[in-house]
Amino acid sequence: MTLASLRQIPPTALLGLVLIVAYALVGILAPLIAPYGEAQIVGDQFLPWGGDYLLGTDNLGRDMLSRLIWGARNTVGVALLTTLLAFLLGSITGLLAAALPGWVDMLLSRLVDVLMAVPSLIFTLLALSALGPGIWNLIMVIAVLDATRVFRLARASAMNIMVMDYVEAARLRGEGTWWIIRHEVLPNITAPLIAEFGLRFCFVFLTISALSFLGLGLPPPMADWGGMVRDNAALITFGDSTPLLPAACIALLTVSVNFVVDWLLHRASGLKE
Amino acid sequence: MLLDIRDLKIEARGEAGWTPILHGVDLTVNQGEVVGLIGESGAGKSTLGLAAMGYVAPGLRFAGGSVRFDGTDLLALPDARRAAFRGRRVAYVAQSAAASFNPAWRLIDQFCEGPKIHHTASRSEAEALARELYAQMSLPEPDRFGLRFPHQVSGGQLQRAMVAMAMACRPDLIVFDEPTTALDVTTQIGVLAAIRQAVESYGAAAIYITHDLAVVAQMADRIKVMRHGREVEEAPTRQMMSAPSQDYTRSLWAVREFRRPARELPGGGPVIRVAGVTASYGTRNVLEDVDFAVPSGATVAVVGESGSGKSTTARVITGLLPPRAGRVELDGQPLPPRLADRSREQLRMVQMIYQMADTALNPRQTIRQILSRPLGFYLGLTGRARDERLHQLMDQIELEPRRFLDRRPGELSGGQKQRIGIARALAAEPRFIICDEVTSALDHLVAEGILRLLSRLQDEQGLSYMFITHDIETVRAIADEVVVMRNGRVMDSGTRSAVMDQPRHDYTRQLLASVPQPDPDWLTQRIAEGVR
Repeated sequence: MTLASLRQIPPTALLGLVLIVAYALVGILAPLIAPYGEAQIVGDQFLPWGGDYLLGTDNLGRDMLSRLIWGARNTVGVALLTTLLAFLLGSITGLLAAALPGWVDMLLSRLVDVLMAVPSLIFTLLALSALGPGIWNLIMVIAVLDATRVFRLARASAMNIMVMDYVEAARLRGEGTWWIIRHEVLPNITAPLIAEFGLRFCFVFLTISALSFLGLGLPPPMADWGGMVRDNAALITFGDSTPLLPAACIALLTVSVNFVVDWLLHRASGLKE
Repeated sequence: MLLDIRDLKIEARGEAGWTPILHGVDLTVNQGEVVGLIGESGAGKSTLGLAAMGYVAPGLRFAGGSVRFDGTDLLALPDARRAAFRGRRVAYVAQSAAASFNPAWRLIDQFCEGPKIHHTASRSEAEALARELYAQMSLPEPDRFGLRFPHQVSGGQLQRAMVAMAMACRPDLIVFDEPTTALDVTTQIGVLAAIRQAVESYGAAAIYITHDLAVVAQMADRIKVMRHGREVEEAPTRQMMSAPSQDYTRSLWAVREFRRPARELPGGGPVIRVAGVTASYGTRNVLEDVDFAVPSGATVAVVGESGSGKSTTARVITGLLPPRAGRVELDGQPLPPRLADRSREQLRMVQMIYQMADTALNPRQTIRQILSRPLGFYLGLTGRARDERLHQLMDQIELEPRRFLDRRPGELSGGQKQRIGIARALAAEPRFIICDEVTSALDHLVAEGILRLLSRLQDEQGLSYMFITHDIETVRAIADEVVVMRNGRVMDSGTRSAVMDQPRHDYTRQLLASVPQPDPDWLTQRIAEGVR
């Protein structure tokens, strides 16, 4: 990407991009830039801002700033992995359903209907209490749940392409289903899928944060922003804004991703304004 | 003078700012006069037609000139006052009635909207008027017709209902934007007659937009020819038809004269034989005992209205729809009914060219990718050999390889895209090609180029074509043999001269008689003969 094309990006999307890159850097470099360890108890509980601990300490006497930095690594990393998994699962099944009408489509679609019929937070809570908390259980449950949304989108967009004459031409030529999906369908639905990826990531991220707040997210002592809000929530009653910091981190990333997705969607749809 | 458009300029928003699409056009329409606008797509006909109502489509803007309607400059009015003219004094009839009616409302409710908004009639008066107009449009059961929903009536009836709707406020001017282009000829003639009678009996003026010369000759008192957003020439209909002054106009007129001479066929057995095929979607039979053969090196035109089973026949031949009875033979050998059971060699022999080149080419692939695949898939060509063949194919379809191979379909014109569709079929080195309405989405001049190309390729490579079309002119231009279909049955078949010159069959006669002729008196005579 050249400088000229960078200048054409609207300011909101540019801001979003910069912030996302910043989050990613902080997450990747967490061990280097965090002044203290993730679970290291460094002082008294609830120390005020300033001094050795820039943002004070939390309910167990851990450095708040360090935990925020580690939290970027944990929360964003897990959300990204989950979203990737959801996409892999959802788009492959969605494309298959679109390409193979009949019982394959019927089976997959009804399965997805059943999964979507249960409110997602309740479903996640149920599944996690049955499977027990843990990073991998968390990732799997949320990935499967979000894959249903990706499935719907991939299937619907692929269906629109499957009726095109060029797909019929490929079938008449004798091409196999997988070749048709790979060469004729997929390139034509990447734009909506990429846009959906950003949105999905936000939802996954928020779900994980919400679950952490409820105590079913990443297991302690791992730092994650949702859990940090809960751990320090008591401070709010004393007029201390520290617990709002992790919440602000969550909000800022979500808004940034949405800015970028808006811009991508706009470009994909070819709308002028 | 009812409408007076002077030096009208309209611009479209493009990648690089505003680009003009109308370069200062004049148009006048007198009280009770019908003016025909004719030209290829992109000529600016529809834009001009809409401008007569003081309207531009989104993405366009007025850049100069004036639109005076009965003395009022519409462009100088605020939007609300301009809207008071639309539907009340100027009405519009769109090309696709099916897309223009709201499917959720009964026809009568949509009819009454105009009179209600403009306060020209109460609901009951409007309904009475609707019944009167429906009757005049020869719609069935005019008293109850309005109670139907748009999907419950046929395409021709819907188009008539829209004409009736345009008349609801007794407008002074009606803009007809290709109102019969989407219809079959046998349906079109009825709609044309209805429009003509309605316009005459109410004394309304009209702007009639079409790309079909023969149609405009029937409808218009005066014809304006347009091209690339400019006027080419304008003259009274009879003068324009008999003595056009501009080269461009003459070339439009000449298109209809392309005729392939009758010729000796190379002989040999038929390439494709469709033997006693009956096919159905679900329980409904769409083909009944269809039987015909395509001789080697010949063009067989399959004609009929929409729904006659032409395209379904193609689906049976290609194996997309296995027949319930009967079979398809390739070179005397029965083809497996299902696509999945056919060998690659059998698939290679039968190729297809589609009507809409837009949807027949993957927009995300380059021309090189599109054409390379069949070369590799069927013939195993790679590297050098494939490139050579690619260039050869591009030469055959008369497109310069260096310029076009690395473009995507979106960067090509309609005619060029259709040529790529032809090249993709040729790449397989087939013996038989199904051409499904390949020229009907194209302008006459471009379509003629495609027909000439297909004829030349046939002579050079001994190809056999099955040419599906509803356009009788195309049949006359290229067919060796003709198969006439209706309601899933073959009504008539034989050589072109046997079927077309002395039609034996009633339906063929009706079909032929419905094709508009450039003679301005043709429709008048047909109405006198009692066309409905």
